[in-house]
Amino acid sequence: MAEITAPPSIAALPGRLRRFAESDLLYSFRRSPVTVVAAAVAFIVVASALLAPLIAPHDPYDLASLSLLDATDPPAWLADGNWSYPLGTDNQGRDVLSTILYGTRLSLAVGVSAVILSMLLGVTLGLIAGWRGGWIDTVIMRVADVQLSFPAILIALLIDGVARTMLPRDAQNEITIYVLILAIALSYWVHFARTVRGSTMVERNKEYIQAARVIGVRPARIVVGHLLPNVIGPVLVIGTINLATAILTEATLSFLGVGLPPTQPSLGTLIRVGNDYLLSGDWWISIFPGIVLALLILSVNLLGDWLRDAFNPKLR
Amino acid sequence: MLAFVIQRLLQSVLVMLTVALIAFALFNYVGDPINSMVGQDTTLADRERLRQELGLNDNFVVQFARFVGHATEGNFGLSYQQARPVGTIILEKMPATLELSFMAAFLALLFGVPMGIYTGLNRSSWTSQALLAISLVGVSLPTFLIGILLILIFAVVLGWLPSFGRGSVVHIGWWTTGFLTVDGWRAIILPSITLALFQMTLIMRLVRAEMIEVLRTDYIKFARARGLTSRAVNFGHALKNTLVPVMTITGVQLGSIIAFAVITETVFQWPGMGLMFIQAVTFADIPVMAAYLVLVGFFFVVINLVVDLLYYVVDPRLRVEREVAGG
Amino acid sequence: MRNIEPLLKVKNLRVEVPTRRGILVAVDDVSFDIAPGEVLGVVGESGAGKSLTGAAIIGLLEPPLRIAGGRISLGGRRIDTLRYEAMRRVRGKEIGAIFQDPLTSLNPLYTVGQQLIETIRTHLDMNAAEGRARALSLLKEVGIAAAEERIDHYPHQFSGGMRQRVVIALALAANPRLIIADEPTTALDVSIQAQIIALLKRLGRDHGTAIMLVTHDMGVIAETADRVAVMYAGRIVEIGPVRTIIDHPSHPYTVGLMASIPRTSGQRGRLQQIDGSMPRLTAIPPGCPFNPRCPQVFNRCRVDRPELMPAKETLAACWLYVEATAERVRV
Repeated sequence: MAEITAPPSIAALPGRLRRFAESDLLYSFRRSPVTVVAAAVAFIVVASALLAPLIAPHDPYDLASLSLLDATDPPAWLADGNWSYPLGTDNQGRDVLSTILYGTRLSLAVGVSAVILSMLLGVTLGLIAGWRGGWIDTVIMRVADVQLSFPAILIALLIDGVARTMLPRDAQNEITIYVLILAIALSYWVHFARTVRGSTMVERNKEYIQAARVIGVRPARIVVGHLLPNVIGPVLVIGTINLATAILTEATLSFLGVGLPPTQPSLGTLIRVGNDYLLSGDWWISIFPGIVLALLILSVNLLGDWLRDAFNPKLR
Repeated sequence: MLAFVIQRLLQSVLVMLTVALIAFALFNYVGDPINSMVGQDTTLADRERLRQELGLNDNFVVQFARFVGHATEGNFGLSYQQARPVGTIILEKMPATLELSFMAAFLALLFGVPMGIYTGLNRSSWTSQALLAISLVGVSLPTFLIGILLILIFAVVLGWLPSFGRGSVVHIGWWTTGFLTVDGWRAIILPSITLALFQMTLIMRLVRAEMIEVLRTDYIKFARARGLTSRAVNFGHALKNTLVPVMTITGVQLGSIIAFAVITETVFQWPGMGLMFIQAVTFADIPVMAAYLVLVGFFFVVINLVVDLLYYVVDPRLRVEREVAGG
Repeated sequence: MRNIEPLLKVKNLRVEVPTRRGILVAVDDVSFDIAPGEVLGVVGESGAGKSLTGAAIIGLLEPPLRIAGGRISLGGRRIDTLRYEAMRRVRGKEIGAIFQDPLTSLNPLYTVGQQLIETIRTHLDMNAAEGRARALSLLKEVGIAAAEERIDHYPHQFSGGMRQRVVIALALAANPRLIIADEPTTALDVSIQAQIIALLKRLGRDHGTAIMLVTHDMGVIAETADRVAVMYAGRIVEIGPVRTIIDHPSHPYTVGLMASIPRTSGQRGRLQQIDGSMPRLTAIPPGCPFNPRCPQVFNRCRVDRPELMPAKETLAACWLYVEATAERVRV
């Protein structure tokens, strides 16, 4: 925590980062084999998702290449399997491996965008609440309190549901992804806002901020230039942990049928589609995307846990 | 004491009003209440007359007051999708969700709390490490995936338990229960485990973290220095102090079981309010969504209120007036 | 000198903590005795190892801290090797403890009576009524007014000073032979400190209890202690009778320490300070750990580590007195 509370300016940041990387952060990373494995898994999943167009054996969006004759083929190593579809095919004859690669891309895209959006929203509101105080603080924090007393998934469902009702049906498929991002972002901003508000109120009264005020630096400049770098540490930790939750939320919404459509499937959608075939024994359609989803969330969670511990040695 | 209760009650009412306001906004501005009542062939003039009769042209405050009034009577209008009173539909679905949630909460507490205590007290033991690792996997596995895996193993491959529905139920007044039939018990096993697992790991990690925190305090060190037995220190002192904050968060967590039931009910086609809500979202059935929101909000507020009052009973620092004597 | 068999004997005590940069020695080769009924003050800056010495004696070092060497005996019985359960019976029964912060030492969820009775009945064979009677008399003894009523109150209903009295009652619950008081007055208002010290002193005398008083407050030591051990960087640098240490200190560190205390009587000069600060455990210099700050440092101090040796009227770990020792041996 010393890294975060230590006063200063942005000029000190590179040095601080360097010191951090050289000492405890890297050390605790190398010392924890679980974290190293998690980082490796996360890297593999993310890299293969980014490279999907290059490494996927088929293009799942190319409807012309699909053949219902190839539908629900089992994985290659089972009887009736076929090595052109290593992990089998789904009900429409799409290659499961390819849909997973493209699906992971979408899941990551939604998750990352949602976290960035909620981070921007939360940090901004937190800074305003902490810096200005007064009624603005009260209003923001009351809203946060009410929202926090409901599970985020419910809020996301509600926002998603309302958006669906208000938007014209034919436009829905194209903008669903943005609706999803917005819904998830709006349900997670509270964590960021609370943390930033707390540390802002602490930092606000420190000498370096008071000094900047006395010499007449504009408030906006103080907040962005001096305050922000000193409250951003915990935000990054929460961001990592929330990334796992955001990916999970997207998957859940898609699984419930109110997320991404089957024509543009994320991991959650794939599991939903496969779920219908589970009872007839075609387990691979839902289980393989499920494994990838679980691995992705688990590895991001582990990285987040490690980051939190590294930032907060007291908990170690 | 009375002042505290009144203050908490007022806060609860305020939260409920906020939730009602959102539901009302949904109901009135997102959905069209007229559409829910009339057919396609109703003329514009008839619609306008209906608007007038229903008071939809009244000002905001009057309409909101009327909405709240109706809501307290359980009157949320007609479902767009089923053309039946929303109140009736919810009343039909509620027992299924409440029985499932109760079962899940019971399982989560039954296993989560002892596991948390154990791992908190024996931090470095092999069992604790294993439990923690499993719990992290439990937190990371999406609820619906756990449900699917359970169905695959116990319903598809082994064929031991049903994969969907509630089994046969017995009617007791307006309430329906699955607890009185073998069928019902068999049906609730997989969904309740699915729903409980996430909360269980959460409660376990929470109790563990709190236990570790408490074991670090001076009064625990002092209790050891007084030569109390390990049993007295761990269970008489540490556990009691752990349970105070754990109770609050656990209460809120248990409340969220009702919300998370949405996912479990979808996986297992459990005929409860969650499944109803998802169908309402898919069909843009605004009155049902609004009613569900108000109801879940109500459950949450009640649970929070009960937890706060319990807190008050357990912690003497809140109960007894501060009367500091000098020197 | 004293002829009585000491109650507590600490011999060559060494406390270590393993870290990623190697093993740090927090208490290094510490030896001292406490006679029955004697008050030994242990002074030093924070981080000098005073509290750890106390914690090691009651067997409550927090892992990864550990006793790495030496022996501790109480009444002739070795206690540093006892298993947890056997040591538990010693704690509270034979060695009472008083912690620094009375606000956090008591469990907020139990009344002071419950905590007292629990301690009494753990160590003494008493039924609930007898336990309560003893708790009540202890509360009266430590000066809690209206004890009959206060016994059923929760800790938060007491002020800091009153809570420390309750803590003292708890330490005395089973009539131990030794009390280890770790900074018992540091967290209290100055006006209350004197009352608590007076109480501690009186109770020690009445019950014949020996007290190991750990503090950084020389004023408290002067008031209470029979003998004083001065600690620096994990070692005892000087030990001797309280008046001698105060009036005629031998070790240059003690000399500096005494010069930094304001006096109300005797010759008043300028207050002095010792330049520099105590080394961190990671950077203890070779030879005498005080050598970088010592005004009388010479070559040997930078190379060899001094043991406690007779110096004037005390024992001091300082090469200034090696000649005296040598001469005495020759004679």
